[in-house]
Amino acid sequence: MKKLLAGAAIALMGLTQTATADGHANYPERPIMMMVSYGAGGATDFQARIVTMTAGNEDALGMPVAILNKPGAGGRVGWNWLAGQAEADGYTLGAYNVPHFIAQSIKGGVEYSAASFEPIANWGADPAVLVVGKDSEFNTLQDVIDFTKANPGKLTTSGAGLFVGHHIAALQMEKAGDMKMAYIPTKGGGAAALKAVIAGDVMAGINNLSDAFRAAQAGNVKILAVADLERNEFLPDVPTMMESGLDVDNASVNFRGVMVPKGTPQGIIDKLAATVPTMFENGRVQGKMKAGGSPMHVMNREEVLAMWAAREVALKELLAGL
Amino acid sequence: MEFIYYFGDVFTPINFGLLLLGTIGGLILGATPGLSPTMAVALLIPFTFQLEAAQGLILLGAAYTSTVAGGAVSAILLKIPGAPANIATTLDGHEMALNGEGAKALQLSFLSSAVGGVFGVLLLIFLTPVLAQWALAFGPSHLFWLAILGVTVIGSLDSKSVVKGLLSGCIGLWLATIGFDDIMGAQRFIFHPSLGGGINIIAALIGLFAIPQVITMFAKGRKNDGTEAIKVQKHPIKGAISELFRYKRAMGIGTLTGSIIGLIPGVGGQIAGLVAYDQSKKFSSDRDKYGTGHPEGLIAAESANNAMVGPSLVPLLTLSIPGSPTAAVLLGGLLIHGIFPGTDLFDNHPDVAWTFINSMLIGQILMCIFGLYVAGMAARVAQVPQSMMAAIVLGLAVFGSYSVQSSMGDVYVMASLGVMMYFLERFGFSAAPLVLGLILGPIAESNFIQGSMIATATDGLAPYFFGGPLNLFLIAVVVLSVLYSAYMELRSRRYISKEDIVA
Repeated sequence: MKKLLAGAAIALMGLTQTATADGHANYPERPIMMMVSYGAGGATDFQARIVTMTAGNEDALGMPVAILNKPGAGGRVGWNWLAGQAEADGYTLGAYNVPHFIAQSIKGGVEYSAASFEPIANWGADPAVLVVGKDSEFNTLQDVIDFTKANPGKLTTSGAGLFVGHHIAALQMEKAGDMKMAYIPTKGGGAAALKAVIAGDVMAGINNLSDAFRAAQAGNVKILAVADLERNEFLPDVPTMMESGLDVDNASVNFRGVMVPKGTPQGIIDKLAATVPTMFENGRVQGKMKAGGSPMHVMNREEVLAMWAAREVALKELLAGL
Repeated sequence: MEFIYYFGDVFTPINFGLLLLGTIGGLILGATPGLSPTMAVALLIPFTFQLEAAQGLILLGAAYTSTVAGGAVSAILLKIPGAPANIATTLDGHEMALNGEGAKALQLSFLSSAVGGVFGVLLLIFLTPVLAQWALAFGPSHLFWLAILGVTVIGSLDSKSVVKGLLSGCIGLWLATIGFDDIMGAQRFIFHPSLGGGINIIAALIGLFAIPQVITMFAKGRKNDGTEAIKVQKHPIKGAISELFRYKRAMGIGTLTGSIIGLIPGVGGQIAGLVAYDQSKKFSSDRDKYGTGHPEGLIAAESANNAMVGPSLVPLLTLSIPGSPTAAVLLGGLLIHGIFPGTDLFDNHPDVAWTFINSMLIGQILMCIFGLYVAGMAARVAQVPQSMMAAIVLGLAVFGSYSVQSSMGDVYVMASLGVMMYFLERFGFSAAPLVLGLILGPIAESNFIQGSMIATATDGLAPYFFGGPLNLFLIAVVVLSVLYSAYMELRSRRYISKEDIVA
């Protein structure tokens, strides 16, 4: 019996040996889990489910991806878990939100930084937009700037929280216009911040393009400007902040994508980096994303690495004074 | 009256099949501890990828309504509230089950759920535009006062002593501060990484209600086995219906409170049941029977938590703003088909909108029929010997708290809160006020901070928090509620003799 067990053990060892030796060619051999650090139903969760729905196809990963929600503390709970507790075996992926997790790591109090993760690919880019209620007296970005300059610290502006894209955009606007706004972070994310604008609790708001686009379609808000380098295909008539004379770049754009914890075998990272972007470009995925009003922006691993590094520099400078 | 044209769509074979599937599946998921309505609906989202928009929403809507009602099953039989909505149900429901009236409790709970639910959906059908304005009227200052109103309920809720009720409410408020604070991102009382996200409300519910009971059962040991087996009384459905008519007042209070509170984004669903329970207690002539297995308390709580379902969807369907986590998941179900809630939904896809709403109406009735059918059988759970029951409840508690976000941290939180609650209960504290503190703390805090930020940027704290008719009205209700509690306390004290106090 003992011999039999020993034999089985050796055979098993042999099996794992071959698996590592051939450079993870068989990866993935079982379903993969992807951690989303926001609750079910949020924009990140919703998009993550769509972009991974074709993972089981033969031309993609060949194995389904299951979404695991670990919400809490503006995403910190989930990313702490991914950096500290998740197994770096390639079967645990995570969704990232830039600038959120980079800004949080700069402010401290968390167990991760951009160096704790390896990006795989980017699927979406949701720029921040400036919205006002439908009956607001503001009709252009210039109106808002004029008011803010005349009344420093009086323009109440809602956003999803501190150190998220919305907050970054507000900081950039203040810096570029040399003015002072009253940024009001809300509990309950972008939806609650948008409600505050529609209900007139605040004078203006900074929100996700995708959510604001829906509210504008329903006639509840006016979108005055987009905080991005160029106009968005969903809103061809809305100018960028730069066009309106406010020097705000795309540092606040909410990039969403897939990453793995540091220490994941290089072979697996390479395989994922090669396969995942094509999965995002699948026609069905693109169709569903467009229908849901979620702007896509597919980037490969090298592009994401560069984007992360650029964000880290820009955010360190912006947050230095806070 | 547009909705009547689309009634036929609910009864096509596929749609009706999905409705049945959603209802029965929802009841089972809802009765499983730890699977809240939000989770149940989120679990079903991937299936709707393959369905048409209306079909997908029928499945989700049916699952939503029946998980809320299904949560009553574990609340009544096991004293595990599946979601915050079912907390008030445990107070009298579980006592009834212990008295051998489990079947009656379940029947009453499903009947009152159906009445409340149908009323709520009818409100959604007829009054949506009016209600949308109402939902928007609640800004940070109003939500703050509303949370304070909830706090005034704490003292009188399920407690022999007001002081002990308030003390456990304070423990709840303290527990609510644990974790990263949501607005400023400050870290508070995080001694262990699993507390980073704060105390998960579902895990806390399971621990606070189920674990003390498990420990009590284990502590009794085997010596009482057999002698304590509860005789489960059979109860005719007709009897339950006539009972329901006897308690019209509780029914009415529950339904109205549930519908009104359910409408308020972000607050409603969690406290509708508790507030309705407390209100019906204040208006009842059998005040003292509450908490001892009195049907009125059960009826008020269950009619309120299902009445909330319809109105809670108003902000989503009209303004495209999800007012609750479950509504956020339903929003995903719409977006996946390229349908934007709001005017687009009702103008361009009326078939989807009305078929969805109609199916919730029919779903309420189906849910009631199935619920009544299984009530008699399910009530036999009470006959399971205590030693086995303790093991089963403990297993379900671990499973339930782990499954909320697949985290062992939540299991530890559940276990330690449960053990703490066991000792607190021995000293006469009770879990319901503690949970209410846990729920209301963050609402009051974040709305106060937001309100004060807005106020300092505009016209100052006093005009912001004390100005406007809605603020003044809410403050008046808060004052009345406090005065009423004080009056009742004084009056009851007058009748207590010296011997009572010594005893």
